[in-house]
Amino acid sequence: MEVPILKQGAVLIATFQAALSDADLNQLRMGLVQQVVKFRSRAVIVDVTAMDVMDSFASRTLREIAHMIRLRGAETVIVGIQPEVAFAMVQLGLTLEDVTTALDLEEGLAYLNEKFKNTH
Amino acid sequence: MAKRNEMVKETAGPNNQVTELSHSEAPSELLRELVSHLRQNRTQLREEWVGSISQTRLLTAMTKEEIFAEATSVYDSYVEALETETFEALQAYARNLSERIIPRGVETHEVVGIVLLLRDVLARSLFAKYQTDFKKLNRILDAYEPAANRIANTVAVGFVQERERVIRQQQEAIRELSTPVLQVRERLLILPIIGVIDPQRARQLTEQLLRGIRTNRAKVIVIDITGVAAMDVTVANHLVQTVEASRLLGATVIVTGLSPEIAQTLVTIGVDLGKMNTVGDLQGGIEQAERLLGYKVERLAEPR
Repeated sequence: MEVPILKQGAVLIATFQAALSDADLNQLRMGLVQQVVKFRSRAVIVDVTAMDVMDSFASRTLREIAHMIRLRGAETVIVGIQPEVAFAMVQLGLTLEDVTTALDLEEGLAYLNEKFKNTH
Repeated sequence: MAKRNEMVKETAGPNNQVTELSHSEAPSELLRELVSHLRQNRTQLREEWVGSISQTRLLTAMTKEEIFAEATSVYDSYVEALETETFEALQAYARNLSERIIPRGVETHEVVGIVLLLRDVLARSLFAKYQTDFKKLNRILDAYEPAANRIANTVAVGFVQERERVIRQQQEAIRELSTPVLQVRERLLILPIIGVIDPQRARQLTEQLLRGIRTNRAKVIVIDITGVAAMDVTVANHLVQTVEASRLLGATVIVTGLSPEIAQTLVTIGVDLGKMNTVGDLQGGIEQAERLLGYKVERLAEPR
């Protein structure tokens, strides 16, 4: 199942569905990294609200996406991590260091708008 | 007195075989004889027992009349347990008694002590009765001692179980009361923690905090641990994990009121201080949280 990538102004938004295979994740990573330059986007939001389990592969992929996007000149915000998922991730040592996180999509957009306003 | 008991038991040991070989009286018959002896001398033995209870200063939390009343029913259930060799009734009584006396501060050693005293008082009276017939005394003791020990065991276990039940109940009550997550400004939560944190409570705190972040859409949380004197390495690690999990939900955690001991623990486990945002006291924490949220608090007039 492919993850749709939506373009919203200067932001790309990818919404995870519940069950994603490792291949889907790899495809999403390549898709985002390509499109972020193609659309001259300034940021990417990855929404993981629907994920009630996060394994180490998914978590590592999220981190890689964030780091690759940064190398491509944009910023990543991960939004919608569920409380139970957050604690499970931390216990597994998957803390997504140096990746920006926000409560939900609205918060993520608000954070980016604030940030872009300052840099204009 | 204890010494003499031991001596008798030692001499009773080798004689066991003799008893088994002779088979002159079945143990149940001996017990019956024993029980009727205890019934006949009920008043006197009970008084002796109560006397030795007050002499050894046990059950000081209870009045003399209360001790006497309880002693009477303990004595009767004791004899009944000896007679029927069933311990359920005694067990139920012990639990009931514990329920009544635990709130008054009666200790385990006191309960065990009085039951052992009763055992000794009764054993003494048996010595006195059968002192002329040593073999019979041994047989009677063979029948009496296992039953008496089992009774002592039953009462002690019943008491301890009841105590543990009370403790569990209180722990639950404390747990329910102990973890408020409070909103002080829009998007600012405080979590004051007071008392000892064990791993179970730590887990509960984390769950409530993460859920609170979600429902209140919080951006900043102040965790105040002024009321926590010390925490072990497990709980300290848990605190760090809570801070990191909150960050995954997009919230910043400020920890305030770390005691020197807790600071020591955190340094020992090697916390990455870049992740931990700590401020000396709750007031400082709230002020910093307000700055993060863009609030500015100004005094409009001098207080009257």
